Amino acid sequence: MKLTKLLTTAALALGLATGAMAQDKLKVGFVYVGPVGDGGWTYEHDKGRLAVEAEFGDKVETVFVESVPEGPDAERVMTQMALDGAKLIFTTSFGFMDPTINVAAKFPDVKFEHATGYKRADNVSTYSARFYEGRAIQGHIAGKMTESNIIGYIGSYPIPEVIRGINSAFIHARKVNPDVQFKIVWAYTWFDPAKEADAAKVLIEQGADVILQHTDSTAPLAAAAEAGNIIGFGQASDMGEYADGPRVSSIIDNWAPYYIARTRAVMDGTWTSTDTWDGIGPGMVGIGEITDKVPADVKAEALAMKEAIAKGEYHPFTGPLNKQDGSAWLAEGEVADDGTLLGMDFYVEGIEGTIPN
Amino acid sequence: MDLSSINPILLLASLMVAATPLLLAAVGELVVEKAGVLNLGVEGMMITGAICGFAIAVNTGNPLLGVLAAAAGGAVLSLLFALLTQVALANQVASGLGLTLFGLGLSALIGQGYQGIRPPSFPRLNIPGLSDMPVLGRILFSHDLMVYLGLIIVTAVWFMLKYTRAGLILRAVGENHEAAHALGYKVVRIRMMAILFGGACAGMGGAYISLIRVPQWTEGMTAGIGWIALALVVFASWKPWRVLLGAYLFGGVTVIQLNLQAAGVAIPVEYLAMSPYLITILVLVIMSADKSSAPASLGRIFHASR
Repeated sequence: MKLTKLLTTAALALGLATGAMAQDKLKVGFVYVGPVGDGGWTYEHDKGRLAVEAEFGDKVETVFVESVPEGPDAERVMTQMALDGAKLIFTTSFGFMDPTINVAAKFPDVKFEHATGYKRADNVSTYSARFYEGRAIQGHIAGKMTESNIIGYIGSYPIPEVIRGINSAFIHARKVNPDVQFKIVWAYTWFDPAKEADAAKVLIEQGADVILQHTDSTAPLAAAAEAGNIIGFGQASDMGEYADGPRVSSIIDNWAPYYIARTRAVMDGTWTSTDTWDGIGPGMVGIGEITDKVPADVKAEALAMKEAIAKGEYHPFTGPLNKQDGSAWLAEGEVADDGTLLGMDFYVEGIEGTIPN
Repeated sequence: MDLSSINPILLLASLMVAATPLLLAAVGELVVEKAGVLNLGVEGMMITGAICGFAIAVNTGNPLLGVLAAAAGGAVLSLLFALLTQVALANQVASGLGLTLFGLGLSALIGQGYQGIRPPSFPRLNIPGLSDMPVLGRILFSHDLMVYLGLIIVTAVWFMLKYTRAGLILRAVGENHEAAHALGYKVVRIRMMAILFGGACAGMGGAYISLIRVPQWTEGMTAGIGWIALALVVFASWKPWRVLLGAYLFGGVTVIQLNLQAAGVAIPVEYLAMSPYLITILVLVIMSADKSSAPASLGRIFHASR
């Protein structure tokens, strides 16, 4: 009896000791929707993770789980991370929103950061980037460069973030080319290279000579390279390996500064639940180098637009703009408010087709 | 809605391309299951084949060598499963799941440094006369060789299972391994060979995705097609022709639904997106009403002493 008691105490003491030692290091967890080698979305988040390690060295320990399906399984992964001692957890896909909120309720001491969502709690922040600013520049280049006047767009899921991108690209393509048409295909996946490539091929077969994508892998660019004479853009990451092929520019997500700032806030004890939505100006959205395939004047216009957006002089959603059904949305010179943009569930005038529910 | 923008010739041609990886993996798994072994590692063997084939094709510049390497890669990985389940008598379900996880990790490791590289393009069949025929030439006679290889393998498997002594023995092992053993057939050896064949087919299916369908290497790029192949074998009631039908249906509906979306057809996209799964299952379930059932020894461990 005594022996058992002694052993229990010893074990307890040991447990406390190791617990105390672990306290010195801040454990930061990352939940990814795709593999870190997808070359796009998850790849960039993982670059952010590595930047946190580089910044804080021995003071942090990072862990990540990749290819986590959006759904109940995500809750299991987050719970396990929290149980393993992670004090700050980044969940990096829209579909992790409800799981994050659920798990956060169970672990009030753990800080959660959810990317691209809109639900917050005392220990849940949200953060996203204004990708639509980059989409405006893409749309401009696409509208100028298309010869068939058909632009193919591969969407993932019909959520506001994706719809915003379609609208922004369309508005700016139409502005420079009134004949332009968008063909939109929903892949219903973030990451499935075979399906993304199939979608790109279908769009090319139906006459598109510009492919825009809102899925995570480089497969659409590979399909475009195979077809030849098609242009496309890097999505989420530079995808520069296709620069001598179809890729003429890209939207780059730069999460590193945010991840470092938030990790530091947890270390300092200054972390509070916030909502961050940054664009080209603060550097969360980058525009990858525009290649020589783009005519010099188009490139200059695109860069001028980037500059104007960065300085806050131009907003991609500036009136006059109508909704798809013809009803007025923004009056001349009026700028869309963030609330409408965050919940965007309509196409602007001129886009054909309906948004799936 | 503008259906005229869909080109039926290109549609049928891309249908065959979309179906081929699934067909290869499923027909391999069919042979494995006919021998009474349940290998849930199809996804792992496919992705391993995808990277082995890709790496060799890039390094040698020869896509055909890549396909051979993919078959070898898938087979070597399946050998691990064979040793675990046939020699060490491990549980087949657990070993198969383990094989998938191992294959995904291993392929990511081998694949470091192969991202964003364009593989050498695969030769297309070009028969003077036949390939130039209007309509039929594009649909039937101008694919890459792998499409035909898939069809040849299905035919060969069907013929072997139905008309040859080897097929009879394979089926006997799958239906009742003790009886087959009593008759003097080497159950373990036959099963090992079936598993290796299944691994090679899955590997080639994976390489088809990384070398031809996409073509590039991305981690986890098979994205669940191995699991669909497993389900397809069951829904096809372990019959090669039904596997072919199922694979073409699945590939076909996948491509058609993307085409319909791009053409702006007014069917809700959610229904279009789920249609490949739904239609394939429906057709095969209706067809399997003839009470054909699984091989009786499927998934059971065999030990000669019992």
